[in-house]
Amino acid sequence: MMKRWQALKRLLPLLAMFSLLLSGCGREDLSVLNPQGPVAEGQLGLITISISIMALVVVVVFVIAAYVLIKFRRKPGQNEVPVQVEGNHKLEIIWTAIPLLLVIVLAVPTIQKVFAYGEDKWNEEGVLQVEVTGHQFWWEFSYPQYDITTAQELLMPVDREVALRLRTADVLHSFWVPSLAGKTDTNPDGSINHMSLSTGNPGTYIGKCAELCGQSHGYMEFRVKAVEAEQFDAWVEAFKAPAVLPEDSQLAEKFRTNCLSCHAVGDQGGFLGPNLTGIGSRETIAGILLNDINGAKGSSPVKDNLVQWLSEPQEVKPGNTMPDPKELGFSDEEIEQIADYLANYKLDY
Amino acid sequence: MDWLTTVDHKKIGILYLIAGGFFFGIGGIEAILIRLQLIKPMNDFVSAQVFNELITMHGTTMIFLGVMPVIFALMNAVIPLQIGARDVAFPFLNSLGFWTFLFGGVLLNLSWVMGGAPDAGWTAYTPLSSSTYSDSHGVDFYTIGLQIAGLGTLIGGINFLVTIITMRAPGMSYMRMPMFTWASFITSAMILFAFPAITVGLVLLSFDRILDANFFDVAAGGSPVLWQHIFWIFGHPEVYILILPAFGIISDVIPTFSRKRLFGYSSMVFATILIAFLGFMVWAHHMFTTGLGPVANALFSIATMLIAVPTGIKIFNWLFTMWGGQISFPTANLFAVGFIPTFVMGGVTGVMLASAPADYQYHDTYFVVAHFHYVIVGGLVFGLLSGLHYWWPKMFGRMLSEPIGKWTFWTFAIGFHLTFFVQHFLGLLGMQRRIVSYLPNQNFDTLNLISTIGALLMGVGILLFLYNIIITSKKPKNAKADPWEDGRTLEWSIPSPPPEYNFKQTPLVRGIDALWKEKMSGNKGMTPAEPVGSIHMPSPSILPFIMSLGLFIAGLGFMFSREGFNNSFMSFIFNNYLVLIVGLLITFGAMITRSLIDDPGYHIEPEDQEEEEKA
Repeated sequence: MMKRWQALKRLLPLLAMFSLLLSGCGREDLSVLNPQGPVAEGQLGLITISISIMALVVVVVFVIAAYVLIKFRRKPGQNEVPVQVEGNHKLEIIWTAIPLLLVIVLAVPTIQKVFAYGEDKWNEEGVLQVEVTGHQFWWEFSYPQYDITTAQELLMPVDREVALRLRTADVLHSFWVPSLAGKTDTNPDGSINHMSLSTGNPGTYIGKCAELCGQSHGYMEFRVKAVEAEQFDAWVEAFKAPAVLPEDSQLAEKFRTNCLSCHAVGDQGGFLGPNLTGIGSRETIAGILLNDINGAKGSSPVKDNLVQWLSEPQEVKPGNTMPDPKELGFSDEEIEQIADYLANYKLDY
Repeated sequence: MDWLTTVDHKKIGILYLIAGGFFFGIGGIEAILIRLQLIKPMNDFVSAQVFNELITMHGTTMIFLGVMPVIFALMNAVIPLQIGARDVAFPFLNSLGFWTFLFGGVLLNLSWVMGGAPDAGWTAYTPLSSSTYSDSHGVDFYTIGLQIAGLGTLIGGINFLVTIITMRAPGMSYMRMPMFTWASFITSAMILFAFPAITVGLVLLSFDRILDANFFDVAAGGSPVLWQHIFWIFGHPEVYILILPAFGIISDVIPTFSRKRLFGYSSMVFATILIAFLGFMVWAHHMFTTGLGPVANALFSIATMLIAVPTGIKIFNWLFTMWGGQISFPTANLFAVGFIPTFVMGGVTGVMLASAPADYQYHDTYFVVAHFHYVIVGGLVFGLLSGLHYWWPKMFGRMLSEPIGKWTFWTFAIGFHLTFFVQHFLGLLGMQRRIVSYLPNQNFDTLNLISTIGALLMGVGILLFLYNIIITSKKPKNAKADPWEDGRTLEWSIPSPPPEYNFKQTPLVRGIDALWKEKMSGNKGMTPAEPVGSIHMPSPSILPFIMSLGLFIAGLGFMFSREGFNNSFMSFIFNNYLVLIVGLLITFGAMITRSLIDDPGYHIEPEDQEEEEKA
């Protein structure tokens, strides 16, 4: 009996180390193990509890298995028949009861959190309402309180709870920002899913689509950007300013007739494609071409990324619905000019 | 020709093994291609479209056409022997089941060369799988190929249920049946309840795609979430349909090589039934992020966690079977012993996934990929490899090479853990599943590289197994009736491979582990329950093959009924449903022939039995 307790004592620091190790893992803008908001923290808490319980189970099984396999090997010349044990009710009841107990330990916080995260906070006072719409293969973010619709980058103030309503314009998608909150699907049947997230740390968090949605499913990334409240207000104001069009009037006309039939800038344009207002200050083009705004590894200048995207949209994101600008009659030079215009279309905030 | 018409369960078992092994190889190649694409960030080894086809076909092939048939191969080869029967209850149907499975599988894989494989994931979630978003014939091949193959599974399941209920030897009460038979019995019952769900789902989806029905079309009042329910109310039990036979194999192999009877036999039976029951109650845990609401998520969380209890019972029973025994380690037992810790690791991540709020983070990430591969490969494939090594001498009369077997085990096991252990971390670090590629510098690069190396090593393990089979097939058929010397169940009481009629005289079963009991009483073999006499056998028949061929033709005809061909002849025969009609006529014609012709079968007389024994 004494020996078993000693084994447990030795195990506990191991478990503690294990969970520490886990929580230090991964990029803080991406990893489940490095949460930046209360929801993801709560989920990591649950993950830690379950990993600890499960690690204990695994260790116990491994120890018994190792002991049995070493101790009861058939030795040469061993020919007497072992005792044919039928079973042992006491033991069998014990290993029915112990898993049951472990399950209960895990079930209690699970149920608490299921109901906590299931709450619809849309109508709560002070929350920032954001309507999220998934498209093949980009994300639309609409702020009904401010009458703003943007794409690919969800801007939010720090320390303010964001209530999300999720839907899709085509197939199933799943909205996931690992370091802020777990994922929620967007269903096409008109039902709207809700979730909420918040963070106290200003920064940019990588979001991903988690449900297979077609060829570019893996490239359907987005960013959640947490900024100070004043910055957020400044962004709202800048966003609502009248649209800036290319200076060259001929180019402006071409941009208007070709691009603005789907895309919007400021108060002009359509709504089939992502809103381009202030695209020059976003961190990515098309979700996966990293702009060198923060000096991220593997990034390129915004303009280069735009040129790449506009020259071969199907190469960057296979299966997307954007027509090839070259087929619309844009020359390489014009693509260059449009890219230049968009790269310099920045919002001050 | 002999093989096309056979109705002998042993031969059909071998057919299942060959066909299943073939599809397993295709699924394995698909897996290797997937891993090669993911070996480094932003790789362009395959295109996004081909990648989606690969993942879809890998999942579909492995589950429906790879492991299921190998399970059926073992069930066919072993169950009648374990219960002391001369064949299955419906030999003709048994053959029909095999051929429908084969033709369905061939149809599904034809998609690779006939204009695009299915690309909507093996779960085929609508609307991605609707004709709007998947406009090649890929998903049609999926719905119709699986429909035909599924028929075979359903037929097989019913056949085994009836066989086990009605054909047990005298004295073989339910509580004396070997665990593999028990597990197969319960698996067959699960097939009976689960497969109709997927059958209905596939009909609805193919009607949506081919006949413009609106079951899943939102604009016309359909519901895509309905597909998820239909799919998973089949899909979750399916996982247990796969794993329970593996439990059965392990429960037979471990006692043999520990020279001890199974610890807690009755609790094992009870646990198996409980797992099957709970398996039907937990399907919505695949849908925690769908937005079913907290009440549903809480209930399905708890129900799912409860599966840990019977599974835990099994694990400890296996460990205590070995406790106090004399364990030897031929390859069969290496896989069985390796199964226990591996499966435990897959099981505990299953309990972790059951916690819905935590699952919001795991869902659709590589954590899930790691979990189900630990269960299906670490559990089921280990179990199947164990069972194949164990029963190989009984099926073929030849012992597989032990040294190569050990190499198979170690390369496969090490490769397996290398591939899938790191994937837990990939998921937690933020890598979602089913992605064709990923940006560099996300901490994914090294782990993916390790995973791919592991997959290649697993491939080497499988090739070694293949090599083992090939060199073994050239050896003389000299396996003894009881080659492991500690065989406990009835199949080891007859020659390897068994004669056509299995048991010359139906044995009398006097307890659990019938053969072992006789050995311990000092008897050389089983006590017969009947005198030597003429044995009635069913005639071989080509009709099952023809019926399945008809379904295959009808499937193709239905699939292309709306296709605009360049060739007017093709348009004529397809668009007027002529191909469909001809296919169905062939099938129904064969059925009518079967009903009208009275086939009494034939008898093997005692003198012929003796000749066979000498040969």
